[in-house]
Amino acid sequence: MSILLDKNTRIVIQGITGGEGSFHAREALQFGTNIVAGVTPGKGGASFDGLPVYNRVSDAVEKDGANASGIFVPAGFAADAILESIEAGIKLIVCMTEGIPVLEMVKVKKALRGTDCRLIGPNCPGITTPGVGKIGFMPNFIHKEGNVGVISRSGTLTYEVIFQLSALDIGQSTSIGIGGDPIVGTTFTDALELFENDPATDLVILIGEIGGTAEEEAAQFIKEGMTKKVVSFIAGQTAPPGKRMGHAGAIISGGKGTAEEKVKTLREAGVIVEPNPANIGMAAKQSLQAQGLI
Amino acid sequence: MKEYEIPVPRGTMTDDPAEAGKIASTIGSERVVVKAQIHAGGRGKGGGIKVAASPEEAEKAAHEIIGMQLVTHQTGPEGKEVNKILIEEAKEIRQELYLGIVIDRSRHSEQPVVMASAAGGMEIEVVAAENPEKIIKVGANPVASFSPFQGRKIAYGLGLDKPLVSELSGIIQKLYRLFIEKDASLVEINPLVITADDHFLALDAKINFDDDALYRHPEIAGLRDPDEEDPLEVLAKETEVNYIKLDGNVGCMVNGAGLAMTTMDLIKMAGAEPANFLDVGGTASPERIERAFRILTSDKNVRAILVNIFGGIVRCDRVAQGIIEAASNMDLKLPMVVRLQGTNAEEARRIMAESTVKFDVAEGLYEAAEKVAQMAH
Repeated sequence: MSILLDKNTRIVIQGITGGEGSFHAREALQFGTNIVAGVTPGKGGASFDGLPVYNRVSDAVEKDGANASGIFVPAGFAADAILESIEAGIKLIVCMTEGIPVLEMVKVKKALRGTDCRLIGPNCPGITTPGVGKIGFMPNFIHKEGNVGVISRSGTLTYEVIFQLSALDIGQSTSIGIGGDPIVGTTFTDALELFENDPATDLVILIGEIGGTAEEEAAQFIKEGMTKKVVSFIAGQTAPPGKRMGHAGAIISGGKGTAEEKVKTLREAGVIVEPNPANIGMAAKQSLQAQGLI
Repeated sequence: MKEYEIPVPRGTMTDDPAEAGKIASTIGSERVVVKAQIHAGGRGKGGGIKVAASPEEAEKAAHEIIGMQLVTHQTGPEGKEVNKILIEEAKEIRQELYLGIVIDRSRHSEQPVVMASAAGGMEIEVVAAENPEKIIKVGANPVASFSPFQGRKIAYGLGLDKPLVSELSGIIQKLYRLFIEKDASLVEINPLVITADDHFLALDAKINFDDDALYRHPEIAGLRDPDEEDPLEVLAKETEVNYIKLDGNVGCMVNGAGLAMTTMDLIKMAGAEPANFLDVGGTASPERIERAFRILTSDKNVRAILVNIFGGIVRCDRVAQGIIEAASNMDLKLPMVVRLQGTNAEEARRIMAESTVKFDVAEGLYEAAEKVAQMAH
């Protein structure tokens, strides 16, 4: 078991004929992912490595039973691509695109309300379930099947942590990059809830960073409803206020969103916050050992 | 604000103090205010805003303000040089209010929120921390427009009387339209004043725009003033490297924003101070690496460099070759620690070890930070 991805997941890639989309679709296929079709408006009727390419997402749903979508389209078209997938009845949308205007995402979130569709991202590396497949561009070789769930707002820092885990022989149930934007489809809290309810996950690693209140909200959830141990790291202790640190959402504004505050709140909720990013994997291993879970 | 018919004082901008007297007499009000134009708040306390009762006084104030190094709580201790002033009519003020719109990122909101407070003139962050009950908040749906009833909710909440209620409600609707149409992430009128003759006037305002939406607002992108930015950050923007200058002496180059922030934290943890944030991007191509090195080394405080790359899709051996090429092209003399992890990392370490360029190679994250911290001391 795992969360979000399983053997019944049938994936359509939006933007499959583009540079990014085609490269990462092939990587995902090599990883064993069940991609059933691609969509590029204007390229309908073409074929991609034997997969059908359509003009519309709804074609992939009707003809190939697609129920999940990975989005690799430029920022100016990405909100529209998400809305198209929601409308086509896709249940899981993973959007990798960086640079979508915030107000577009506010509208997308309104459109998601009341539907049973889940959005991951945007501005994220996607999700990976070792042994099942991936949507996004996390590198294939870092993963290993196991019982640790990983949630992160970042990309390469996430690979670093997954790599540490695998090197220590600790596998992952699913790894989710929730994205570095101010407004994202799936928050830390949503992802924690999924892992809490997943029998294959024994421990969760939460990699946060400065900006916003997602970590504080996660702490609240952990305090009230989480039985599984959470190990965390917060990036940006040395980040100056008022500057956007790469990710659109990584900014301390009006004295809010500091790493210090997040670390304190998470610790108060019983989370193991590891100060040294080189030791995150080890901290998870020690917690699993202490609980007799490995 | 004028474009959206939000009432603002009549005024004119200039960079010539000799012009100030003439502008003041053209405005024709009994008194005028001379305001320093810099990208920072808290100007009044620092001596950047002066009231003048005659054109002569206005000119005197202009001479004092233009060319001054204005220090406020938002400029840092070195302050900012004032090149321009705004001269505007002074009105008699009955009450000062705060009015702002921000995107509320919290999980159950995730939409623009209009905030108002009768504690105008003060920093809203201070009011929020000390007297949160004094701030009235109303959430707004970006798909619908802001409704008059929401404006009334705020106006009555502020304890206003009849004619002012509809005037304020109108101003809020205009401000909301500005926020949406210009892709703002924050608009703030502070103070929004009620004048002695019972009208509203926006005396000072701040607007932040969403960087990611600038592509559809060329008129806003055109407002950018490179004089207000760090010259290295301007250069970085031009070469599409994600760089922020800091005060330390360890320069760092990393792929990915989260790992870049983490690398800064590690340098600090190892007892040194980072000189910058720098994300070369997921692909870390040789050209980008060279551009990044050039920006890094333009900062004269930098005494050692840490390169930290996690090779996912990008292969570490290619990155290593890029580093070697860039370093020899530039005749780089600064001591450097290189840590390459991930795809083809071992091959990369071999290439680095065999090259004539001098590097110190590290495998572990913390080991890399400790080595570079020692070099910088």
